[in-house]
Amino acid sequence: MAYKLDAKTPAGELAQKWSNHKAAIKVVSPANKRKLDIIVVGTGLGGASAAASLGELGYNVKIFCISDSPRRAHSIAAQGGINAAKNYQNDNDSIYRLFYDTIKGGDYRAREANVYRLAEVSNLIIDQCVAQGVPFAREYGGLLANRSFGGAQVSRTFYARGQTGQQLLLGAYAALNKEIAAGSVKSYPRHEMLDVVIENGEACGIIARNLVTGEIERHGAHAVVIATGGYGNVFFLSTNAMASNGSAAFQCYRKGAGFANPCFTQIHPTCIPVHGTQQSKLTLMSESLRNDGRIWVPKKMEDVEAIRKGTKKPSDIAEGDRDYYLERRYPAFGNLVPRDVASRAAKERCDAGYGVNETGLAVFLDFKTAIERLGKETIKQRYGNLFDMYEEITDVNPYEQPMQIFPAVHYTMGGIWVDYNLMTTIPGLYAIGEANFSDHGANRLGASALMQGLADGYFVLPYTIGDYLAKKIQAPKVSTETAAFDEAEKGVRARIERLFAIKGNQSVDDIHKRLGLIMWDNVGMARTKESLEKAIVEIQKLRKEFYADLKLVGDNESFNVELEKALRLEDFLELGELMARDALNREESCGGHFRSEHQTEDGEALRHDDKFAYAAVWEYKGIDNAPEMTIEPLEYEFVHRAQRNYKD
Amino acid sequence: MNFKLKIWRQRDAKSQGAFETYEVKNISADTSFLEMMDILNNDLIHAGKEPVAFDHDCREGICGMCSMHINGHAHGPSQAVTTCQMYMRKFEDGSTITIEPWRSAAFPVIRDLVVDRSAYDKILQAGGFISVRTNSVPDGNAIPIPKADADESMDAAACVGCGACAATCKNGSAMLFVAARVSSLAKLPQGKVEGARRAKSMVAKMDELGFGNCTNTGACQAQCPKSISIAHIARLNREFLAAKLQD
Amino acid sequence: MSCFLTNSSVGKKLVMSITGCFLVLFILFHMSMNLAMLFSPAAYDAICEFLGANWYALAATVVLAAGVAVHFIYAFILTVDNYRARGKQRYQVTVQEKGVSWASKNMLVLGVIVILGLGLHLIHFWSKMQLVEIMGHHASVVGGYEVGATQGAALMMITFSKWYNVVLYIVWFAAIWFHLTHGVWSMFQTAGFANDTWYPRLKCLANIVATLIFLGFAVVAVYCFLTSTPQLIESLLIA
Repeated sequence: MAYKLDAKTPAGELAQKWSNHKAAIKVVSPANKRKLDIIVVGTGLGGASAAASLGELGYNVKIFCISDSPRRAHSIAAQGGINAAKNYQNDNDSIYRLFYDTIKGGDYRAREANVYRLAEVSNLIIDQCVAQGVPFAREYGGLLANRSFGGAQVSRTFYARGQTGQQLLLGAYAALNKEIAAGSVKSYPRHEMLDVVIENGEACGIIARNLVTGEIERHGAHAVVIATGGYGNVFFLSTNAMASNGSAAFQCYRKGAGFANPCFTQIHPTCIPVHGTQQSKLTLMSESLRNDGRIWVPKKMEDVEAIRKGTKKPSDIAEGDRDYYLERRYPAFGNLVPRDVASRAAKERCDAGYGVNETGLAVFLDFKTAIERLGKETIKQRYGNLFDMYEEITDVNPYEQPMQIFPAVHYTMGGIWVDYNLMTTIPGLYAIGEANFSDHGANRLGASALMQGLADGYFVLPYTIGDYLAKKIQAPKVSTETAAFDEAEKGVRARIERLFAIKGNQSVDDIHKRLGLIMWDNVGMARTKESLEKAIVEIQKLRKEFYADLKLVGDNESFNVELEKALRLEDFLELGELMARDALNREESCGGHFRSEHQTEDGEALRHDDKFAYAAVWEYKGIDNAPEMTIEPLEYEFVHRAQRNYKD
Repeated sequence: MNFKLKIWRQRDAKSQGAFETYEVKNISADTSFLEMMDILNNDLIHAGKEPVAFDHDCREGICGMCSMHINGHAHGPSQAVTTCQMYMRKFEDGSTITIEPWRSAAFPVIRDLVVDRSAYDKILQAGGFISVRTNSVPDGNAIPIPKADADESMDAAACVGCGACAATCKNGSAMLFVAARVSSLAKLPQGKVEGARRAKSMVAKMDELGFGNCTNTGACQAQCPKSISIAHIARLNREFLAAKLQD
Repeated sequence: MSCFLTNSSVGKKLVMSITGCFLVLFILFHMSMNLAMLFSPAAYDAICEFLGANWYALAATVVLAAGVAVHFIYAFILTVDNYRARGKQRYQVTVQEKGVSWASKNMLVLGVIVILGLGLHLIHFWSKMQLVEIMGHHASVVGGYEVGATQGAALMMITFSKWYNVVLYIVWFAAIWFHLTHGVWSMFQTAGFANDTWYPRLKCLANIVATLIFLGFAVVAVYCFLTSTPQLIESLLIA
């Protein structure tokens, strides 16, 4: 049965939609809020800000996170900054311009109304964070400073050194602490959600595993909010934190929530290249480096070979022999093109044989010009910690030799389908932040992830959830002693027992690495019909191997990291296939999704708006059955879809 | 490179722990310390043994999750980095590396190298925030803040809450952690409003949780992966004493 | 009423800071008093007489003793707290962190040496001077001489004519030196008067004060050892 998707997009002028909607939706009185329970899973920017705001409103909130403290979510790793349409730089920025840049950056595959709302509340986020004590960078006059970022021609990114994500998360975490102290929020760290419980078609709680004791717990609530981030770790090697996973979102999908655009994966252009087979994690170098760094490879093949052999240093290559390929191909934006464009351009050069390290998979990011122009001190002030980090990892001093960079998986634009209220196809189940699919279309602009997480958590969900909960004010406390909870818990226990019973020979990482390779080679930066079909077959094969040959040590009744990883890998093995299926269906190139069959003469992404101007929403039909796709058409009332142009 | 690893193994908080020795071989110098641990763990799993539990997440030195005491140093012998930012080239080939969990009464061991740092959360819940509601705030530029103050606030805010300060302090004192938060907010006009209350309640909570007393050795700042200065402890002392004298 | 000076870590440390500061000032005063010995034994005796068993000197002695006692008792309380906070399981490998002074990690050990030295010092001098007066006597017998309660110069010459006393006192002064190199800047830190600009200055000040005190006391002891003769002692006693 296909979904009947209703995005609940309000009518009216673009700029009025959110105000109209807020005025139209129901609110819950303070006395009734006290009677309502909400579960928030995940405590990154989205989850922490939502839980804090909901607690403040008077709801009873329970938060769950897998790390030892809500302060440590992957949001913390965002370095560059957060966008807002403040126009503090007087460079003619506006809500409309931020909206337009975001929707264009997303290659016209996001909902207009959602994106406009995001741009609209972006300014409130900055005010909120400043009031919370986030130490944003300031100018000598004491006012807030900005920097520019990829995909924009204005300077609208607010930042706190290279630690913006950390500082924003600490702000949200502080707000959360305030509510925990007040008793409105109860925190469950080192807990992992293993299932969502549905009763009468509505979400009514979760099954969670206490990661310290292994206990399987039941938690009931009137609404459940999923804020568990993206699923980039399906690739094994990514810039995501090691524990980031798609499992909570995937349980929702298994239980009937639609999963939208799973193939939209962002490959970030400035990561430190892979150095060997023993690597577990890729390190991102902030995109802000592209403000002053210039990206190049040698023009002559002999120079490439000399650099690989070590007979020439990169700094020995004369200016005239360098190919600043982004500046050459995209004169208007130069090194500041959006991430997908920069990544593909690097791949194009490396595929042509100009990659500058032994593996042939690296390009240079050079600060020579910037150091000559601004002086070493200024560069040190701007990027000192990043340069130190680079040197620590690679043993190369980036003040003297250019950095080597290569694209790596970084963010997933796809996620659980939500309507304008951020509610999934299951009533009472919400998804916010990277976990949902709503705002970034097919590609996310830099400094927008933090913006979306906080927009959803602080300024959207606390209002829209009231519209649903207003119907629940007569409902009693959710009982966890019901058939639905019994069944869900039984399912979780059976899953765990099944994994322990396999007693095979391959460790979780052994299999995960193989999945990662299949994904990177076939569902990575450039995809073809053949590669995707191959990926589906190979993943299915690998999944069978997983169930036949997994070696899982330890037991369930104690702290067991291998078990956690095995459960997450089990979900990745299905999610990977879903991504391939979605990519196979989408016979066009847009944003982060590049089908080699669909490109312009200059190798740019070629969209087919006539056929694919929709969100593909997938419905689970069982592990060995193909999922069913429903289409949510993306109508563009206000923006004219054009071929993205970063050249002039 | 080859190494001998002497690692603390402990099943859970109640069990007795002990050191066990393992060997890892053919490790590239560019391998990070935690990747080396991954390799060890994969070997252990293949040998049918339980892998070494250790906390880690972002592997970029920012989440504050990793927490190993390596050869007598919190986070290992490199200066100003977390464990995950340590690379094996820092160690001598063939050497023995001793890896212990954080040792502090307030940080009980959960398993192997994993400890319970929830005490730090509790301290922050006691007052490490500015009491503002969502959406009832002035414009971001309404309060100018001198750049030097914002920078100093940021210096303190860089704390990742890893626990190295209390773990390394011979007194098991959490003063650098508490000071980082108090000082970061004290440097901002927004934070000054409830500054006195914050300093008093956070120090009281820290004492209640059984952390020790600061004796100004400076070991915390030497081992802090973010090089947070004990000048923030001086500011905490000032804030606390001024608040008490005004009572 | 429970007070932050007894129940909070920062308050307890403030007590250490204030009593420590008071003791440093006293030691500086004591040292300058001793230096008079180098120029005029008679002047030194005059100071001793001035600080006999009269009300102001006794009051000062009581305050001083209280300062020592409080500093010492708090040190023990804090150390016991700290020992507990460290937990039962200790690190197998520990190192001396970069930029961390040895003294700062051994203040209690140094403090105990200082207290032992103080005990010796009280037996050598205070029990022969102020205590004698308090008991209502005028003189006591030291090393075969009858020494008046205010004849400090002679008492010093007698005591430091023995080489082992000189060695014991130098060890004591050294312990004080170590204790003060950490203690003097630390008391500013605890009271909140320190920052990154002032750390080098405060640490420099601490080294100067500690060294000054060490030299000021040691030079008198050594001077006495070098110049002390039975004739000189006789002449001082007669005077």
